[in-house]
Order: sequence, then structure tokens, then C-alpha cells
Amino acid sequence: METVIKEIDQEKKVISGAEATILSLLAEGVDLLFGYPGGAIMPIYDSLYGYQDKLKHVLTRHEQGAIHAAQGYARVSRKPGVVFATSGPGATNLITGLADAKIDSTPLVCITGQVASSLLGTDAFQETDIISLSMQATKWNIQVTKAEEIPEAIAKAFYISTSGRPGPVLVDITKDAQFAELEFKYKKCKGFRSYNPQPKVDEDKIKKAADLINEAKKPFVLFGQGVILGAAEKEFKAFIEKTGIPSAWTILGLSALPTDHPLNVGMLGMHGNYGPNKLTNECDVLIAVGMRFDDRVTGNLNTYAKQAKVVHLEIDAAEIDKNVKTEVAVIGNAKESLQLLTAQCQANEHTDWLEKFNALSQIEYNKVISQELNPEKPGLTMGEVIRRVNEKTDGNAVVVTDVGQHQMVACRYAKFNKTKSNITSGGLGTMGFCLPAALGAKLGAPDREVVAVIGDGGFQMTIQELGTIFQSQAAVKIIILNNEFLGMVRQWQQLFFDKRYSSTELVNPDFVAIAKGFGIEASSVESRTDLDQSIQQMFAHDGPYLLEVMVEKEDNVFPMVPTGASVDQIRLE
Amino acid sequence: MKQRFTIVIFTENEIGLLNRITSLFTQRHINIESITASESEYKGIHRFTIVIQQTEELTIKVVKQIEKQVDVLKAFHFKDDDTIYCEIALYKIRRDENADDKLLNLVIKGHNAFIREILGEFIVIEKTGTKEETHELFEALEPFDIQGFVRSGRVSLSRTYSTFSKYLTDLETQSTEINFNK
Repeated sequence: METVIKEIDQEKKVISGAEATILSLLAEGVDLLFGYPGGAIMPIYDSLYGYQDKLKHVLTRHEQGAIHAAQGYARVSRKPGVVFATSGPGATNLITGLADAKIDSTPLVCITGQVASSLLGTDAFQETDIISLSMQATKWNIQVTKAEEIPEAIAKAFYISTSGRPGPVLVDITKDAQFAELEFKYKKCKGFRSYNPQPKVDEDKIKKAADLINEAKKPFVLFGQGVILGAAEKEFKAFIEKTGIPSAWTILGLSALPTDHPLNVGMLGMHGNYGPNKLTNECDVLIAVGMRFDDRVTGNLNTYAKQAKVVHLEIDAAEIDKNVKTEVAVIGNAKESLQLLTAQCQANEHTDWLEKFNALSQIEYNKVISQELNPEKPGLTMGEVIRRVNEKTDGNAVVVTDVGQHQMVACRYAKFNKTKSNITSGGLGTMGFCLPAALGAKLGAPDREVVAVIGDGGFQMTIQELGTIFQSQAAVKIIILNNEFLGMVRQWQQLFFDKRYSSTELVNPDFVAIAKGFGIEASSVESRTDLDQSIQQMFAHDGPYLLEVMVEKEDNVFPMVPTGASVDQIRLE
Repeated sequence: MKQRFTIVIFTENEIGLLNRITSLFTQRHINIESITASESEYKGIHRFTIVIQQTEELTIKVVKQIEKQVDVLKAFHFKDDDTIYCEIALYKIRRDENADDKLLNLVIKGHNAFIREILGEFIVIEKTGTKEETHELFEALEPFDIQGFVRSGRVSLSRTYSTFSKYLTDLETQSTEINFNK
């Protein structure tokens, strides 16, 4: 990349804003991006044409597909996802992805074309004020109306999106700024005064946290995506292994710690595991690492861990005391905080306490898990499909999920050995996320098996991205868990709305024919005897593949903490 | 318990930042009583003064979320007792040229207001004070046929030494090493 920039520096210093955009991306090490062209971003696409050997562009079928693909890419690769879209509808189609990336802290740099600056505010063709529209959904955004401001805006965009608590940023570039010329020079952003992404860890707080942990009889760790985003998996493991503390994950923290680690006690929250939910209200010290006490994790806050002293390790100061009052807050990145904390903690074991988790886990296994993974009833369960995926991939795959029942089942039962392997829309719960995100994940981790697990509802929200998967030949393995219902909503209707199935039943198209129409090999399975072989066949296929699995129509996901209930009121049936 | 808080925010001068800040109030369904944007005592740094009725707990949460915005340097919240504050109000009164202004002048004087301008059949009165004070004058002027009334947002300065100035110096000298823990 350096040489590209140097060449430009020496030979043709004066270039267009459009070319400066491309060179700025190259200077940031971008080699792949997702997007969709249109009028207001045509100069940038024209410049891109000259750099196709260095910067690969994936043409999705919808801008929402582009941004979810960029999210999938970012979540597996530790690099920001980059998106191009045009003005007006192109830009507004990014909003869902921006909101999703904001709430799930995913680094994205989105570049939108805008009408010429002379037309701003005139309701010009394909003009929307995307700066105002995207404000709530971005960590930062900026409109650039002058070519010479492009390199600095992009440098800032990359710095902001990837530092501190990561998030999506948007750079809106007017068409005249893309056409106009500038003397190109690129300087990476290293910081500016109003933004402090790496707060210094307060050692005093570390000491206080360590004292609480050292004295605790029943300590309990909750970990979230902060561990992954902070690249602190090793430090986290060292911390819990030294202190011997049982640890449970949020769905965004999933895969930060291997599934079969003896201190991994499972999933938190509404459809999480029995033990972690029950014992949240029994622990004496609750140590939260890189998580934000989302309402799906806490249930009723008035009865949440009231007996416990809370230690919160978090990079975002605004998360402290937002939902749960802390005894000690350590603000800083997870890697550094955990290193310092581990050094101050005594080696310990909590055998009896850990045994309590295991005992509850056994109850859950007998009541729920065994029937889900090894059912004897006629219809296929989602869990047995995931179990077979685990067997075939040995827990080494990237599992991408959509939103709903299949997501909860996949997160509960998928096995993970490696970090950055669980890609799902956690905070926003965006149906339609999975298919494009899986494509992005495969392109971000081409050497890994990527399995997309999708419900029949969500699949049809971004089904058009089958076209992108075909064109790019990204070897995504797509499993549709088809229950011909919007399953999670149906489950709630059954449990809380008197079984009044209002608008949740789906009459679906022939998914196999659709996939084949897109040039993607596909098959469907509905019997247990064929399931294993179908999955085998899917993985054996060289290239993308779609497997539709007809599952039991009215299965429910349990355990469940009903809305408004306390975590210890978790129901097993 | 809800009470009145003045939130003071120091920011870079960026387009759209006001929008970004006010949306944090919208998101939590908090009504902004008044808002003032102006330059601050520091070159290139803007100051927003926002008044809300809210519990202190929620106010603190919003202040943290404001401070988290990339272009915000620092945000503070104050109770009324902790600041010196005022607003400006203008009142346009219809004036009958033959009428005796004595009574009107008494009201104006009694409220420490003054006549800003006489425009033929109107006079414009100006009063600086708290919202309650400018409202009292409004009530006193009602018998005189008020044709126009406007009140500015609150401006306020803290009663204590400004820690922002030291904070800003620190920011500029060692920009990446500031300890943000309170």
C-alpha cells in the first residue's frame, strides 16, 4: 500500500476527490469492500475501476445486504467493514445495518455519495439528509463538500470506527467534491483532543476490584463482546483460570471462551442456561467484563443480583451504572484491565460453587437439552441439526445466525473452539442479517467453514443476496430451519397471547428451486434418517450450498425468562 | 425526585453536533426546557447550555452519553443553587399615545426592567432575570395588552472554579493519556 501512495505522491500529486477516496482506503489497508453504485457515487466507482487489482468490490443486491456483509466481515476479521452506497435510497438502505453495528459495536466505515453541494437542501433527485438520518445510528458521521477534506475525513473515520468501543461511521461526500481535484497526501489519524478511546486504567479501582474478588465466596463472571473486541481472550482465560470463577456469556461474548472450558457455565439471559440465570441471584460478587447488562440478559432489574457486589470492567464510561449499579467500575480496555486485575488476584478454586452450576446444568440437560439434541419424538428439532453441525465441524466453524428461535437454539448448542466465530445480530435483533453477514464472514475468513443458520422468515428478508453469493462463489453453507412460522413470535403468542397466531404463519416458496435458480446447489430434508447424510453432503459440496431442514412447526425454545420476570424465575417448560 | 438541572457541554464546533446531542434527550423522552448555544471563553470551543427537569440519576446517565460523543470535550450538570443563571425576556406592549404611562413605568421599574425601544404605538420592554422573574413581569404586564413576548434560553456560569480549563490544558498537552475516571 505504501508504494501505491508513494507513486501517487511522486507522479501525479493532483488527483480527483474520487481517486483520493480510493487511495485513502488503500492507505488504511482495505482490500475488500461491499457496495452498490448509483448516480451520486459514480465518480468514486469510476476511480475504483482503475484499482480493481488492489481493491476488490463485492456488488451486493441491496445496500442492506452490503452493510450486513461488511458487518460479518468485520466480526470475523478484526478489520473494519467498508461500504459504498449512493445518495438517497442507497444511503437510507444502510440505516438498519448502521443501527445494528452501533448497538453491537461493530467497526464500519460507510461512504455515501451525495448530491452536488450546490443542490444540498433543494430536494434534488436522490437527495436525503443522510447526516441527520444516520446520526442516532452512527458513532460519528461527517459530510464532505470539498475534495481536499476527503483524506482527513476518511482517516478520522477509520480511527474512530476501530478505536475505543468500535462502531459504525459514515462519510457523506458530495458529487462535486468527488470530481474536484486536490493535492493528495494521506496521514493516518492518531487522535484528537475531544476523543479519548483508551482511558487509562485506574490502578486504585483494580485494587478494590481484586479485594472484592479475593474475598468472594461465590463470585460469578459475565463476559461480553468486549473480550473479543479488546482482543483479550487470552487475558480473560488467564483471569478466570487463576481465580477459578465460573463464567457465563452474553450472545455477543459467545466464542470468546471455548465451549468445553470447565469454567464456561453457559449462556445468560432470556433463553440462556438454567444455572447462570438462577445463580446470578445467588452470587456474592458479580464481575462483568465487556458487557452492558442488556435487558435480555438481566430480566427485571429490580430483582437482578441485588445481593451481589458488582464489579464492571468496561471501556465505555457511559455503560457504568446505566442499568446495574456497580460497587467498583474499572474503565479501560479489557486486555489491559484484565492483565492488571489478574496480577492482583489470588489463585483460587470455587469447587463447591462451580458444582452448583453443574448440578443445575444436569437438571436442564434432563428436562430440556436431551430432548432437544437427541429427540425421540417424530418431528426434527432445531437442536439436533446444530448437534450434527457440531459433529461435522468439530466446533471449528464460524456460525452465523439470523434472529429468532433458530438463533437462540444455535447460540445455545453450537460448539466453539475459536474466538470470533459467532456472528449474530444481538442488540438490534435484525431479521435478514444472517445471509449477507455469512457472505461477508466467508470473505473475511476464506479458510474457515462458514455456516449460516437461518429461519424461513429472516431468510426471505434478504434472500436476494443469494445472487451475490453465487456471483462471488463464497462457499457459505446455508441451513434454513424451516418451521413455516415466524417461530419466536408464534412462541410468544402461544405462551402469552392465548395462542392467537396473528400473522405468524408463512406459506413459503420452494427454497430449493429458488437456490437452484440462483445457481446454488440445494436440497431439502425432513426425516431424521436422512438428516445426517444431508448435512454431510452439504459440507462435502465444493462451493455454496443451501440445505432446507423441515423442523417441527410448533416447538418452543426453553429455558425462558419471561419478559418482566426475574432471572431466577427462569422456566424450563 | 425530578428537579431542574442545567447541563453545560463544551464541544468542538462541528455541524450537526446539536442534533446529535438533542437526540439523546429525544431517545429518553426528556423535554428540553431551554437550550442555548454560544461560543465559550475558549477559542474554537462551543458551549451548550441545556435545562431539563429530571432526576439526578437519569441526568447523570444522559450527561455520560453526551460526553461519549466524539466531538464533545466535556459535559457537566448543575443544580440551580450551584450556578449563576438568567434569561432575557422581551415584551411588546401596545401603547395608547394619549394614555398616562405612569402606571406602566411603575411596573417596569418595580421589576427592574427597562424600555428597550419605543416604536410609535408599541414599546418594547426588556428584562433579565430568572424564568420566574420574567414570568412575574409578564403577569404584571397583562393588563397592558401584550402583543409579543419572547424569552431566551438560560445562560449560566458555575459558582465554583472551572475545572474545564485545567482539563483542556491537560487534553492538549497529553491528549491520549488523560484519566477519564472520575
